Amino acid sequence: MSTPSARESVRELLPQVRLRHWGRWVIAAVILVILGALAYGASQGDISWRDIPYYVISPIILQGLVNTIILAVAAQVSAVILGVIIALMRISENPVAKWFAAAYTWLFRGLPVLLQILLWYNLALIFPRLQLGIPFTDVVFVDLSTNAVMTTFVAAFLGLMLNESAYMAEIVRAGLNSVDRGQIEAAQSIGETPLQRMWRIVLPQAMRVIIPPTGNDFINMLKGTAMASVIGYVELIRAANNIASFNLQVMETLIAAAFWYMVIVSVASVGQSYLERSFDRSDRARGGPTRRARRRLARDLVTPPLVRSHP
Amino acid sequence: MTNIHPGTVGQAEPQRPLRPLLDAVRVSKHYGSNEVLKDVSLQVAAGEVVCIIGPSGAGKSTFLRCINRLEVPDAGEVWVDGQAMGFEERDGKLYELTERKLSKQRASTGMVFQHFNLFPHLTVLGNVMEGPVRVQKRASRTVDAEARAVLERVGLGDKIDSYPSQLSGGQRQRVAIARAVAMKPLFLLFDEPTSALDPELVGEVLTVMAGLAADGMTMLVVTHEMGFAREVADRVVFMADGGIVEQGTVDEVLVNPREARTKRFLERVLA
Repeated sequence: MSTPSARESVRELLPQVRLRHWGRWVIAAVILVILGALAYGASQGDISWRDIPYYVISPIILQGLVNTIILAVAAQVSAVILGVIIALMRISENPVAKWFAAAYTWLFRGLPVLLQILLWYNLALIFPRLQLGIPFTDVVFVDLSTNAVMTTFVAAFLGLMLNESAYMAEIVRAGLNSVDRGQIEAAQSIGETPLQRMWRIVLPQAMRVIIPPTGNDFINMLKGTAMASVIGYVELIRAANNIASFNLQVMETLIAAAFWYMVIVSVASVGQSYLERSFDRSDRARGGPTRRARRRLARDLVTPPLVRSHP
Repeated sequence: MTNIHPGTVGQAEPQRPLRPLLDAVRVSKHYGSNEVLKDVSLQVAAGEVVCIIGPSGAGKSTFLRCINRLEVPDAGEVWVDGQAMGFEERDGKLYELTERKLSKQRASTGMVFQHFNLFPHLTVLGNVMEGPVRVQKRASRTVDAEARAVLERVGLGDKIDSYPSQLSGGQRQRVAIARAVAMKPLFLLFDEPTSALDPELVGEVLTVMAGLAADGMTMLVVTHEMGFAREVADRVVFMADGGIVEQGTVDEVLVNPREARTKRFLERVLA
């Protein structure tokens, strides 16, 4: 230290008494008391806790779990693809495509998902047969019974997927718009084609904006599949109800379903933060300090040197 | 480097009897009712260094961006090495090219931007290799060696694995120059390359640019750096109000300008 010794105080350091945060103790105590009361109340309920682990691993519930995951993944993946297409239409120079994309988003985002699922499921009421052919002629390539096509899975998939694709279109559009215009110009200046610009330059940067809300949407999608139970698709809740309809253990089976929702949502959250990190490397050199190491370094830098008394 | 044309540098013989490498013919551009460019024509010979100066709003940057067709001119033609930018010549007519084919044409030109526009998700080396590998489809091993050599030349041989956000402004602009040079372009367009830099970082970028000029690179530079224009330019073009007011050697334009408009501008800038 270059501080001249003449400026150093000769005063002895006195013991310091830290402030006691009494309020924190009181609030913590209140929370714990409430939790204890709730736990006691729950233990008094007419519920057989011991049966729940059995339901968690019962084949019917596990089948429901698999169906939930299949529906959510299929709907989300399709919605991402469709959403990218709608977003590209929205930002295109073609006025008709622009208008269509805006109307699409307006319609499928505006209606409740449950209503959309019900509309698809009951499509046979107005269109008993689905035909693909040339209008005003007798040429028909495909002719199917609507009820055969519109299974509970298909109806739930369409309802969830179309609604989500409208949200994805907005998310993707925001992501594409977040990339600086100069990035596209730089890519143009080295002769990249529109496809290369999109794939090599714009999308990798837009991903940082697109992934977090997409992850949130997927978590919502996992839970949103519960609406498919209304039309009889055997996902987790329907599976729980199916068991309960035999033995009336409604709460026990629902809690088993709740357990699995918490598991898949937690797994999805971890996956999301992993993805976010892998697309967020632009400001970190390869082999540079890890996030934890940098935090440690920052803490070391701001921690003031220990005060020493000079006896 | 095949496309860098050898030539004498300096102000000695500004008018060379060469077919122009770049021939902009009566280029016009307006935004709404605002006429940004009015019938601007300019020829640049291979190996020539042309500096465009002028007040802001004169249309300098727009003119530069019309040359590689980042802006589409409303009227006029830009011929680069015998090809009309953005068009295909057939039966005495010009047919507009698709964006894809236009991209191919652009690959023979290079541009350096005021705000660098480096790709933040790629390393320094990745930025420089992007064009040669993705656009020119050259083997990444040879490109890798060349890119390292180019970066070495702009003085950033030790920064190849850094990301742009870890560099200073001057270093970023030097990477941007390396990115353009790595494509071995017919000419380089510089759009106010030092205007976004802290004053103490301007010199390192101008030094690199002067080095390119000395190597015979054809350059069209929009700049406010009068010192650079004086030292390096074969020809100085003064633009104002969407047109070229006068052009000539450094002596003719910067030292003994004929036009009152030029004199007024220089008085203000050099004061």
